[in-house]
Amino acid sequence: MTEDILALIKENVVQGRVTQDDEGLEEEMVGQPGVSELTEKALAQGISPDDIIKRGLTKGMDIVGQKFETKEYYIPDMLASAEAVGVAMEILEPHLAKSGIKSKGKIIMATVKGDLHDIGKNIVSILLRGAGYTVKDLGNDIDPQAIVDAVREESPQFVGLSALLTSTMIHMRDTIQALAESGLRDKVKVIIGGAAVSEEFAQSIGADGYGADGFEAIRVVEALSVQ
Amino acid sequence: MARQGVVVEPYQRLKLEQVEQIHRASLAILTDPGVVCFNRNAAESFGDHGAEVISIDQGAAACWLLKIPEKIITDAVQSAPKVVKLGARDENNCLILDGREPRVRFASGSEANNWLDVDVETFVSKRDPGIEVDFPVFRVEKGTVDRLARAARLCECLDSWDSFLRTLNIQDDDITDDNKDVNKFFASLNNTTKHVMSGLTELSQLSNVVRMSEIIAGGEDKLRENPIISFITCMVKSPLQLINDTTQKAIEIAKRGIPLVISSAPQGGSTAPIREEGIVAQINAEILAGIALTQLVNKGTPVLYGSVPGRAGMVDLYDSYGVPEFNQYNIDCVQVARYYGLPCYSTGGVSDVRVPGIQASVERLFSHILVTLAGPQYIHYAFGLLERTNTFCPVQAVLDDTHIGMVKRFVRQPTVTANRISESLEQIRRVMGTSHKLYVRFVRSALHSGEIAPPYPFEGKDMVDETLLRARDRMEKILSLPPPHIAKEVVDKVFQEVPGLLTRLRN
Repeated sequence: MTEDILALIKENVVQGRVTQDDEGLEEEMVGQPGVSELTEKALAQGISPDDIIKRGLTKGMDIVGQKFETKEYYIPDMLASAEAVGVAMEILEPHLAKSGIKSKGKIIMATVKGDLHDIGKNIVSILLRGAGYTVKDLGNDIDPQAIVDAVREESPQFVGLSALLTSTMIHMRDTIQALAESGLRDKVKVIIGGAAVSEEFAQSIGADGYGADGFEAIRVVEALSVQ
Repeated sequence: MARQGVVVEPYQRLKLEQVEQIHRASLAILTDPGVVCFNRNAAESFGDHGAEVISIDQGAAACWLLKIPEKIITDAVQSAPKVVKLGARDENNCLILDGREPRVRFASGSEANNWLDVDVETFVSKRDPGIEVDFPVFRVEKGTVDRLARAARLCECLDSWDSFLRTLNIQDDDITDDNKDVNKFFASLNNTTKHVMSGLTELSQLSNVVRMSEIIAGGEDKLRENPIISFITCMVKSPLQLINDTTQKAIEIAKRGIPLVISSAPQGGSTAPIREEGIVAQINAEILAGIALTQLVNKGTPVLYGSVPGRAGMVDLYDSYGVPEFNQYNIDCVQVARYYGLPCYSTGGVSDVRVPGIQASVERLFSHILVTLAGPQYIHYAFGLLERTNTFCPVQAVLDDTHIGMVKRFVRQPTVTANRISESLEQIRRVMGTSHKLYVRFVRSALHSGEIAPPYPFEGKDMVDETLLRARDRMEKILSLPPPHIAKEVVDKVFQEVPGLLTRLRN
């Protein structure tokens, strides 16, 4: 029984189905439980969050990763699966502390002041959640002080800043300066991304990392996590 | 099941009134000045059916001036089939060409002398010897039977390549005029299960080629039901001359009822007027004269309206395929053929430059898009041709296949229905209920079902254009696959009954 439901969770992660209303890659799956319903059901049956994560969600994402490597899957597939895992992680979150399982880390995400473009930031947030991180998404057009306040309140390990426009990327520097002036700069790693910015720019403003796309963002976060 | 091609909403460059003006101009041309005919049988045939035939003195060669009345043309247009089947070894690869339906298929063409190989060499930066870049270099080889067979194998595996029109002039030392036809047809048929089309070098070889095709198709009746081969005859020498040799070939092919392209290739500015209305009226008169002859010889002969109008290059008077007028002439001809309801063999995808690259891509994409939009039933020259039509490059053919695939997606008819609109509304409502407001998950079924275009397969990752190198890799992968050879016992029978085949072509 446990194996069956974990296998279903894995399969639905591969299919990228969050709820029973999602079609995934096969239309006939509509109406069958998705990852969120299956996660709830697994918890109700007493399956440990650890098993759900390791034997269901992670195994599913491993398959998705392989399919992406072999070009059977593309970014939309990866995002759909990551979104399903992220939703499952939100359901599991209250149970993780009880089980003694720690999140891989907490990340505050924001599109900087003056910039309303949030597609990239949203994609990175989905992928990070899917990779097992706790993401607090502040939204877009976020003032440096609001980011400072959130860091003080949430105590994240990372801050992710996004900007599409060359006219708003300067506020990444402002945000890093605000963190420094508040005495919080050495408490968090700041990574940046977005169409306007580059590795060189990241270094010039004193960011800790730069992700050219969502997948690189995760690699950067993972690398900074072990430092 | 036949190959589907792509149905387009035809781009109408000419108004109906203008098409009719062209038609009337062509009829006028056929009576004044008329058509010069160097073939006695054709002249007699036209004369027997009401054309005025005037013997004229053109030096040594016997020749006649034909003044072809409207009725002969009207009758021919009526009796020529509106639907022509081009069969194939694998019947799923056959083409049903309906002159009234703008469904486009893509074929190779020309009989290029040269085969252009793409090699890869590593270059070192003079400024920084630590920088090495792989770059394509080009090598010209002559057309051979082996290379023709390789081109056919590429055709077999490339999705957009619907029909194999011989790509190369085979110039092996053991190929002569007397064995060229059987070997080019056999090398083609033995390496693709798609339709094979070619010109005929020697009329004396027609029976051998037909016999070979009968054996491969499974018998005389089977070949009639499933004509796995067809012929192109360039019986017209522009302006307005039916030449003896190819006209006789067209007569003999028509007698056998094998599908036949009546092709004319005037050059605007040298062998035809350079203005659109002038060249189109002339080429239409030339093609109609050829079609009329096939119908006089054998009513109901399946024919394609073969329009290959070009424009002279102003520097050297070579054909210039990259100029905008080329597309205008061709689109007009497609419209005229549709006016008659005849399947149109049109032209697109050639470039003037000698090697693949930016100029080649721009020039060929112009005609790939524009001529396709006009909705001819069959576009020849669409794969691998460079240096006008003198060179066939297999790597370019691989690129063309991908690009034509993109063009087919672009030109296909819209799919807006009430049901699909409801599905979209449902998606919009669902996405607006999420925090991320992204539609990406709904892309998936469209992506995996092939409804939307896949990523460009030859894109490089670094600051170097790797397109040709990646296309070359794809070509080599295809050529490493086992060829779709004809069954051994059938090949044995072909070799027993058909003279002139090179033993090295046996499986």
